[in-house]
Amino acid sequence: MTAAAPDVALEVRGLVKAYDGRAVVDALSFSVRHGTVLALLGPNGAGKTTTVEICQGFRSPDAGSVSVLGRAPRDPELRPRVGVMPQTGGAYPGLRCAEMLRLVASYAASPLDPDDLLDRLGLTPVARTPYRRLSGGQQQRLSLALAVVGRPELVFLDEPTAGLDPQARHATWELVEALRRDGVTVVLTTHLLDEAERLADDVVVVDHGRVVAAGTVAELTSSGAVGQLRFRSRPELDLDQLLAALPVGCTAKESPSGQYLVEAPGDVDPQLLAAVTAWCATNDAMAADLRVEQRSLEDVFLELTGRGLRT
Amino acid sequence: MTWTPGELAPAPGAAPMSRMLAAQAAAELKLVLRNGEQVLLSLVIPLGLLVVLVTVPFIPVDEGSRADFFVPGVLALAVMSTAFTGQAIGVGFERQYGVLKRLGATPLPRSVLLLGKTLAVLAVELLQVTLLCLTGLALGWEPRGSVLAVIALVVLGTAAFSGLGLLLGGTLSGLTTLAAANLLWFVLLVLGGVLFPVSRFGAAEPVLSLLPTAALSHGLREVLVDAALPLRDLAALAVWAVLSLAAASRLFRWE
Repeated sequence: MTAAAPDVALEVRGLVKAYDGRAVVDALSFSVRHGTVLALLGPNGAGKTTTVEICQGFRSPDAGSVSVLGRAPRDPELRPRVGVMPQTGGAYPGLRCAEMLRLVASYAASPLDPDDLLDRLGLTPVARTPYRRLSGGQQQRLSLALAVVGRPELVFLDEPTAGLDPQARHATWELVEALRRDGVTVVLTTHLLDEAERLADDVVVVDHGRVVAAGTVAELTSSGAVGQLRFRSRPELDLDQLLAALPVGCTAKESPSGQYLVEAPGDVDPQLLAAVTAWCATNDAMAADLRVEQRSLEDVFLELTGRGLRT
Repeated sequence: MTWTPGELAPAPGAAPMSRMLAAQAAAELKLVLRNGEQVLLSLVIPLGLLVVLVTVPFIPVDEGSRADFFVPGVLALAVMSTAFTGQAIGVGFERQYGVLKRLGATPLPRSVLLLGKTLAVLAVELLQVTLLCLTGLALGWEPRGSVLAVIALVVLGTAAFSGLGLLLGGTLSGLTTLAAANLLWFVLLVLGGVLFPVSRFGAAEPVLSLLPTAALSHGLREVLVDAALPLRDLAALAVWAVLSLAAASRLFRWE
């Protein structure tokens, strides 16, 4: 195994893991730069959790290599340096919320203040509630607190906002953004596209245990994109005449009557927008409800992974 | 609730072992004392049983006072309840809840986790032994023999029962552990020389007397009634301890 580049916090190469002969992770490779947020994005059962659990040292890969902060995943030296938020569970059911956080804080040399952390995550009202009586969302937030309280360099968050209400989701996002700003590397799995879009520097789209796309959110949404310009106007504008005024490669259609769609390869640029509105002006057509639309990460995701439901 | 820049800057490092151990042992002890079933099993049942067995003569005693016979047996039961039954059930559910897996991703070494559990078990045993001995004395118990021999028996018994408890709780699911540990508790209560001497079982005695509960109750009686040194029982418990701890360390699953 060659050493990972010094600015790489996590390097996964050719990872393979099969259960009962079925490959759950199939030659997966990606890397995460220090101090960045990487989102492993994929539908349910894509192999995201198995991948992070191998990185956390909970499972052994059948093939491939993983380097976590330059070390093997099971190296005990990593334990204080890596924070883990598993998808479910992970607390003594009989300990109170604050007791559990203080216990895990006591394992660290210079932990965050547990009471302050509870407060930031809205858990102060349930600080004395036993873990088993916390709601699902409260358990999730405590789990997040447990992952970061030891002030790690690298944090794995497995579906950190699954089942959270909007307020708790925003508190979680703010924490991830603050971690990133302070130089902590974050690897999160999610199937929420807005989460990846908002938090991640880099996105790795995984399906059937393989990387189907990787790059920044901007790269993913712009590659092979079709810019769309929609407007409403009086019916039966002369589209051939309109197209003659636009750059080569554009298409235009009216559907339904009075609703127009102009598509251009790449993005809709200001020139195209100006050309369309200028043409409308010369034809005394009022363009109303003018909208420029870009492919969202969701469009890309569904294109890559298909629209069929996952079991 | 904004975060000040630098507040979350990495500062990784493990706490000193002593601090981890103290925190872990305190948490484990809290969990035991807070768990109603476990308090029932470890304190209420042994105490109630001792009072009833000594004061109500429905089980005849061969010779000597009733307290002299039953205090050692109930002490053995108490050690079994805490080190074996309670610990097996606790560990079984902790695995099911993903606690041990989560702790496996923290700086807490597994050895410190297990040592913390052991300290909590010993603290509960100290409480049990104190309460049972005081109750026994109030009921006319007249202990003899060496305190060191009693401590040696209890420590070896705790090691043997802990090994068995970790083996059970560390390999089966939470509910299966609960059922198996309670069933074994009852079987060993009856067959382990707590209520009547294993010699009552006739031909089965040589085998039954090797059970950890039987070795512990018999050994404690040898010391406390006859002031003897029960080498055979000490040896039996030591063998149980070595075998069960070795098996547990090989087969224990953290999740």
